[in-house]
Amino acid sequence: MTQYGFYFDGTRCTGCKTCVLACKDRFDLPSEIANRQVIEYEGGSWERDADDCWTTSSFTYYLSVACNHCDDPACTAACPVGAVHKDEETGLVLPNDDTCIGCGACAMACPYGAPHVDGQLGHMVKCTGCADRVAEGRQPVCVEACPQRALAFGEIKDLRAAHGDLAAIAPLPDPSQTGPNVVLTEPAGAEAWDAADGAIVNAAELVGIQA
Amino acid sequence: MGMGNGSGTEVSRRSFVRASALAGVALAASDAGCAFATRALAAEKDASTKDASAGADGGDERIVWTHCHVNCGGACVLQCHVRDGEIAYVESDNTGDPSFGGFQARACLRGRSIRRWINGDDRLNYPLRRVAGTRRGDGQYERISWDEALDTIASEFTRIRETYGNESIFIQECSGVEQNFMMNNPFFRLFNLLGGEVTRYGNYSNAGLSFGARPYTYGGSWGERPFSSIQEGELVVLFGNAPSDTRMAGDGAGYDLNVVREQKHAKIIVIDPRRSDIATNQGVEWIPIRPQTDAALVAGIAHELIASDLVDVDFLHTYCVGYDEQTLPEGAPANSSYYAYVMGTGYDMVEKTPAWASKVTQIPEARIVELAHQIGEAKPCFIAQGWGPQRRTNGDSAARAIMLLPQLVGQVGKPGTNSGAREGNGGFAIPTLPTGDNPVTVKFPNFRWPEAIKDGPSLTATKDGVTGADALPSSIKFLVNYGNNMVANQNGDVNATTDIVRDESLCEFVLAYDVVMTDSCKYADIILPDLTPQETWTLSSQGENNNSEGIWLGQPTTEPKFERREVYEVCADLARRLGVYDEFTDGGKTREDWCHELYDQCRDDVPNLPSWDEALAHGIYKEQIPVTDGGTEDFIDDPTANPLKTATGKIQVYAPELAELAKTSELAEGDAIYPVPAYVPGFDGPDAESDAYPLQLVVYHTKAHTHSTYANNRIIQDAHPHNAWVNPIDAEARGIADGDELLVSSAQGAIRIPARVTNRIIPGAVAIPQGAWHDADMDGDRVDAGGCVNTLSSRHAIAVGKGTGQNTAHVQIARA
Repeated sequence: MTQYGFYFDGTRCTGCKTCVLACKDRFDLPSEIANRQVIEYEGGSWERDADDCWTTSSFTYYLSVACNHCDDPACTAACPVGAVHKDEETGLVLPNDDTCIGCGACAMACPYGAPHVDGQLGHMVKCTGCADRVAEGRQPVCVEACPQRALAFGEIKDLRAAHGDLAAIAPLPDPSQTGPNVVLTEPAGAEAWDAADGAIVNAAELVGIQA
Repeated sequence: MGMGNGSGTEVSRRSFVRASALAGVALAASDAGCAFATRALAAEKDASTKDASAGADGGDERIVWTHCHVNCGGACVLQCHVRDGEIAYVESDNTGDPSFGGFQARACLRGRSIRRWINGDDRLNYPLRRVAGTRRGDGQYERISWDEALDTIASEFTRIRETYGNESIFIQECSGVEQNFMMNNPFFRLFNLLGGEVTRYGNYSNAGLSFGARPYTYGGSWGERPFSSIQEGELVVLFGNAPSDTRMAGDGAGYDLNVVREQKHAKIIVIDPRRSDIATNQGVEWIPIRPQTDAALVAGIAHELIASDLVDVDFLHTYCVGYDEQTLPEGAPANSSYYAYVMGTGYDMVEKTPAWASKVTQIPEARIVELAHQIGEAKPCFIAQGWGPQRRTNGDSAARAIMLLPQLVGQVGKPGTNSGAREGNGGFAIPTLPTGDNPVTVKFPNFRWPEAIKDGPSLTATKDGVTGADALPSSIKFLVNYGNNMVANQNGDVNATTDIVRDESLCEFVLAYDVVMTDSCKYADIILPDLTPQETWTLSSQGENNNSEGIWLGQPTTEPKFERREVYEVCADLARRLGVYDEFTDGGKTREDWCHELYDQCRDDVPNLPSWDEALAHGIYKEQIPVTDGGTEDFIDDPTANPLKTATGKIQVYAPELAELAKTSELAEGDAIYPVPAYVPGFDGPDAESDAYPLQLVVYHTKAHTHSTYANNRIIQDAHPHNAWVNPIDAEARGIADGDELLVSSAQGAIRIPARVTNRIIPGAVAIPQGAWHDADMDGDRVDAGGCVNTLSSRHAIAVGKGTGQNTAHVQIARA
């Protein structure tokens, strides 16, 4: 089986959210639903010295996240009606809009906040990896949209061969939970996922991801 | 979890169409130059053809190429997928080399969200007239016919022109449709056929740099190179320059800098009161600085460069005047050199040690010393400023000081360097609709237009920078606001400005012509509904790039809806009423005809540009061009034989023109003009804090809108919410928590805005993005619930350039 995944180059991202808005345009998502999101993570503090000058240990970095099309998807396991499955050919985790009952168990279970229940449509919505485009040899919308070329998509084995196998930095969860098919190049100042000292500071801009 | 499941409110959602079947658009990587562009065009045509018959649901879908058009500095490609007469979704430039470093004019989040802006429910649909008996600003309008609207405009134009003269007619700038061959040119073309109009000079972007600093330093734009010219391992120092925030396009300056950071291993330091986005993920060092003190930092660095023998004295003696006493121009008094200023033997007689500078800038002395050594020892070194520092009330001197820094270390005019002004840009400038000759030659600085309404003749050459006359001959009595949001949003001090426009005894007729009902429209007598550039014929160059150029031809994505009409043919209808139709239309040309004609003119300069017929199918043309070198070689080779356009022909550390202006100018409170780039605190400067207003305002450009354009497009605002950045130290002192609704007040007014408590702003300052839409009861408390930063800003113009000082204000913040 082919397994597709995303690559995120944290050193290139500037937090513009073009990936987020391009996806929202293509899939006609409202503000309350996001298949891709950008987390802003911040830490550190300020010190005033004896001369009234300022120094800071603070840092800020952005992290663009979507469904990681995991090896062991928590959403699939949580779904009571089998409405979200892992595609045998591509490894993409895909919803079935016809059988989904919109209960939200997937959204509760996913440690990445990837699936969301769309109340208007009456079913769950999530990143499909733009499976239709990929089937035609094209890139997902978010990847083609990124002005800084910080996103890539492809077979996860190729992405790992090119970029390594880092799959989590703060504030992402323990990657051993679900086996995410994502590769990260860490941004400047990145904290390890299991040694996080900062905080998500843009929770109000996010859906299904808590500070 | 999450934020609920309601739908967006701005437009109804369409059902998602599954297949797009755009096979073949993703292209193979390519080489540079014209061959690259030709191949891209061929592929685009192929994609369009295939797509016309695509669509899994059987519906016809076609791609209409057009572009984003606003005043961000770019102009990105938009591929609009149109189905059943509506834009279904938008893609951008996916032609040519998609790799990091390749040339694709990828739109940012704003362009990618343009469908919802075009289809927004606040679009203007019909001509409107202010209801009789209501005042400007009341916002009460009634629908009228186009004939009635145009008859009224034509008769008011004639009446006012005959009563007050052509000097009473004024056409405001059109930031909202800046990237476009048409802009507001039809109004100029029309009025120039009828005796002309008083005009502005300068803009709200860079008047300090362009009119207050560069002419006296380099004699204009000189030595400016793009980020793409940065060399391997080079040091880059940016002052108030946030290219990842302000130049977001996939072919823009922010991208160029990001590419050289990675591929040329550039070391980048940014000096800014706020941590901009270039100083987040990229490993770029941020040095927080107290707002408005850049010139003090430069003086402290200069002192350390002198102390450590890192000044390039040979360069200064060869190419510059006034660094030290021996190169002072004739007539300059003793101890008026910059050296004398820094060493405390001239001017204020204070030695500008790094310790002195640290007290002014709040940057630790040790960091200033280290920075001086970094800059002094880096060869080459690339120093560039953004437009933030020069938009403060001491903007002229701050801009000149930052430009001085590369001169001190001999890092200007040579490969890998920059002038210390903004990074360079180039590429191809498209021709725009010809406007003819304006018989009225008097001009005034754009920032002063409200005062030109209030009492035009009080604006003088020596006080206000009027040119072509000692004073304005007339007040403005007829105001055209096409494609701008100046009255109630983007000009300094909204309360003062709207008071002036509201007074019908001053300006006797105000026309607004826009695509949406802005707050500024509500101060007009007649409002006309425009088409967006994506709904008509348009032509644009790529924007502010240097090593590439693109020409975008845009066709109407959809039929005009309601009674919206585009500006050229509306002005042609006015021309018919005013008896100049044939001259205006040059014998009946339409907007499409002009687009065609001007496109063909582009072919004279860009030989490989495809024919019009090919362009109709292709939409875009792009090619990579050599990086310009800043055009400095002649002067560097022989500065005597090839002088700059300054008074002395040299780079002017000491500018004799400024010494003269210091004597002849009537200066406002807080203003000062020095011939050398001294630190001037400026009006309402860093030391002007009071118990009432203890915090310095920092104004910046957000990613959610371009100035005020798109600030009504909810989907982007939700992604980047409007808020005020407050340092945790200042927040704690006031009991403010993240997300709290704040009341921010200045001497000019007050706004409501949520708090963002963040480490990204230096303590003692509050950062608020410009462009949010003003929303206040102007007959009530005037508290602006929209959070427009210009409710807080002032009417203070800068001393030399006479442009806006809008980035300067002191404020207080409290939980609302």
